[in-house]
Amino acid sequence: MSDTLLIIASALVQLCIVLIGAPLIAGIIKKVKARMQNRKGAPVLQPYSDLNKLLKKEVILSSSSSWVFRATPYIVFTSILLIALLIPTLIVPVSLHWIGDIITVVYLLALGRFFTALAGLDTASAFGGLGSSREMSIASIIEPAMMLAIVASAVTAGSTDLSVIVSSLVSSPVSLIHPAHMLAFIGLFIVTIAETGRIPVDNPETHLELTMIHEAMILEYSGRYLAFIEWASQMKLFLFLALLSNMFFPVGIATSVTAAALIVGAVSLLAKVVVLAVVVAVIESTNAKLRLFRVPELLMVAFILSLLALILYFIIGG
Amino acid sequence: MLFISLGGFGIGAIIGLLLCLRVKGLNSQKLLAAGKNIAFGIAFLSSAAAFVLGLRIILSRQELSVKLLQTPLWGSFSLRIDFLSAFFLLVVSLLGCAVSLYSIGYTKQFTHRGKTGIFLFLYSALLLSLVGVVTAGNAVLFLIMWEVMALANYFLIEYEHESVSTRKAGFLYITMTHIGTAILVIMFMILHSYAHSFEFTAMGAVMGTIPPLVRSIVFLCALIGFGVKAGLMPLHIWLPEAHPAAPSNVSAIMSGVVIKTGIYGIVRVSFDLLGANPLEWWGILVLGIAVVSAVLGVLYALMEHDLKRLLAYHSVENIGIILMGVGGALCFSSLGHPTLAALALTAGLFHVLNHALFKGLLFLGAGSVNQATHTRNIEELGGLIGHLPWTAMFFLVGAAAISALPPLNGFASEWLTFQALLFGFNVSDFALKLAIPLTIALLALTGALAAACFVKAFGITFLGGARSHHAENAIESPMTMIVAMGALAALCIVIGILPGSVLTLLDPVTNAFFAVHIGSAAQLNPGTLLIQQGGGTSSSPLFIALLLAGLLLVPIVIAVAVGGRIRKRIAMTWACGLERIEPQMQYTATGFSKPIRMIFSNIVRARHEIEIENEISPYFRSTIRYELKTESIFHKYLYRPLNRAVLNSAHMLRNLQTGHLQTYLAYIFITLILLLIFAR
Repeated sequence: MSDTLLIIASALVQLCIVLIGAPLIAGIIKKVKARMQNRKGAPVLQPYSDLNKLLKKEVILSSSSSWVFRATPYIVFTSILLIALLIPTLIVPVSLHWIGDIITVVYLLALGRFFTALAGLDTASAFGGLGSSREMSIASIIEPAMMLAIVASAVTAGSTDLSVIVSSLVSSPVSLIHPAHMLAFIGLFIVTIAETGRIPVDNPETHLELTMIHEAMILEYSGRYLAFIEWASQMKLFLFLALLSNMFFPVGIATSVTAAALIVGAVSLLAKVVVLAVVVAVIESTNAKLRLFRVPELLMVAFILSLLALILYFIIGG
Repeated sequence: MLFISLGGFGIGAIIGLLLCLRVKGLNSQKLLAAGKNIAFGIAFLSSAAAFVLGLRIILSRQELSVKLLQTPLWGSFSLRIDFLSAFFLLVVSLLGCAVSLYSIGYTKQFTHRGKTGIFLFLYSALLLSLVGVVTAGNAVLFLIMWEVMALANYFLIEYEHESVSTRKAGFLYITMTHIGTAILVIMFMILHSYAHSFEFTAMGAVMGTIPPLVRSIVFLCALIGFGVKAGLMPLHIWLPEAHPAAPSNVSAIMSGVVIKTGIYGIVRVSFDLLGANPLEWWGILVLGIAVVSAVLGVLYALMEHDLKRLLAYHSVENIGIILMGVGGALCFSSLGHPTLAALALTAGLFHVLNHALFKGLLFLGAGSVNQATHTRNIEELGGLIGHLPWTAMFFLVGAAAISALPPLNGFASEWLTFQALLFGFNVSDFALKLAIPLTIALLALTGALAAACFVKAFGITFLGGARSHHAENAIESPMTMIVAMGALAALCIVIGILPGSVLTLLDPVTNAFFAVHIGSAAQLNPGTLLIQQGGGTSSSPLFIALLLAGLLLVPIVIAVAVGGRIRKRIAMTWACGLERIEPQMQYTATGFSKPIRMIFSNIVRARHEIEIENEISPYFRSTIRYELKTESIFHKYLYRPLNRAVLNSAHMLRNLQTGHLQTYLAYIFITLILLLIFAR
């Protein structure tokens, strides 16, 4: 009985960390970008106020939209919450790791994307279709690169279970400096940028039709629906950064459920994610957004790096 | 049970024929309706009987063999239902049930009595031959059933023979399928020359004695002969023409199960008739074909805006995914890894069942759309979710399942395929280690492109605003059609959530070929897929579904706690400052796939022509014509040169036909002498 309670408790802690931590990371990125542009910028806690305000506002529905439009924010939010239970953030192994491996995570992301793209078409506006079309096209070239990067990391552990991968890295830290592992890191980092819709692939702050991808799909959302979609994308970014940091620098992650280990885990997680968030902010400030049809070339780089990583494993050996 | 099922289909066929007869003094329309309902009802019951039979054979672990008649020349015609046959019997009968039910409503539009009678006859014959093909235990009986299936299919495609495109599609189909059959005849002759018997069991028994070269030839014959039926690239060209041309209920059977008989044949020959030790290059070849079929199939599907052609191309894609499992199984089996081979073949066969369910569902949905709007062009549709709410919901389930979204059935089998391929890394073989990362990456690409394609197919057809009057005035289909689609959608969900139950059914199949239990590689747990090889991996669709439902509470609680009751306002979509938004302003299907067309422009080779006419000045255009064509690389580089070669050689042969009696007598004389020399 206490085991079940422990599983539920650790799952809840993980959910809360992701739910509460995600807007903070979004705030930090915004703040860093503002400072780099010599602006003072909004307070770091601004995203929380935004979500709070959006949740309280009235919802405006398009007259041509259907239940798909209304269900999508909940589907997107819920699928990201489920992913939050599967990715090792604080502790490894995650208590519910047997529910899904990394392939499941990839397809859960696809579930959210599928419905977001449908919602874009549901409002009968040209912008929605534009966003859906671009999002699905880019996603289709992200996915092979992401899968190869994952496979390159999974191949040494002999498993696609994220907890098994991270555990095996914790127990044999030598494999962290394997050149193949580093190549896979760069591959997965590029994939993260693309998947979470950051510059240079997509610009989360623009509403200019030439450049919008993700924002175009959700243009008609308002009120609590918009709040859930925004929150879900913040969580997605948080989770990807947590995944990157734990798959490639699993320092400090808790391996047992003790208060001390959990606190160390939480602090180190926050530190690593903040560092990565600053890196993302710096990249966003120093790069221009790529033309849509140059994005495949960037993702091809990620793909080739991951393929190289795999070939290196065969040549040098795990 | 077997005879109930076979007899049932026979009676259905006879009712169809009877309806063609002219009976005086009876109300013909009433008679037609009654005959139709009885025939489809019998087809439904016969399929159900076949289902029960297949299930009983697998669950009781007892194969069934029934001798039909003894022929002097070809041995005994017997039906032998082993576990592989029983599994395919399940696939055939499940879809047979659903489509027969659907047809009761769908054929209300068929009012011509003679034609409908023939339709009923052919429909029953098609189902009968499908059962025959997967259960035949004798090569000659198999070929007869195969041919009945091909012919019934041909005439069903030609049902709407008034249009030229249908006639062309039918001709292409019958040509391609007969090329395939000819190669199969050669294959069975080779096998017969070693086994001296047409029985499958006898053929399987002597395989150890056949030299490797001959085995390879037999394998290639099977791959080509059955590959034509399965729609492998580059033998697929008939498929996107023929499947859409048939009435939608027949398209569902064709895409759902008829092409699977090709897979059945390939599996039967390469794992059963050719024994347990395949050569490695067979597997690599199959993997290569699988990848090409999957990626190109989905890319061509994306270029289509005819709903049924789009679905037909997706069949090519899914056959590719199925063959990834089969090819992996061949590779692993040849390298001496029976457990991995069993896992890979299980993944492939699981996808056979899943594809039959969701593709059947999608074609039935397309049939409903077609019946309601009289168009298959999705550029003229839109907003159907308001008019056809049930069809839309079930189509969405099918679209999500084919895009492999959890927790639906497509996800379970693609997950297994990924896992089976991933374990190829542990096999120390260089060719395989190179082939597998590419296969995995391209499978991921296929999955993502399929999702893009179904966002387009569902989004443009059912969401947004109506793009034409057809779409505005659509009405929902009759009840039987909705129930049939609902049943298939429910199966997609149930099998998706409880994939372990299907693995239990597949265990005896792979056990018969590789002598290992799938349980040693993947634990048989109804709700969870668990792989115990390597570090151990699992995915539990059951808990994914439960947790998705449970976690849904989180946003609801947050929304209520922070925002209170929802306040809604209905307003028009923002029209960029214009007065109102017109349906023509929406994104089109062609526009939707434009980025993908650009990214993969080397493969899809789109050509567009724009003609602009203006009367006064270039600023005042009177007409603009835009045409976009995508050209298949196979047509250009394979079939057109092939066609030309055949025609050229025919021209040359014409010189032989001089019309002079003396020349013909000389031919006979020369032949006679040659025969005397060589056939002493």
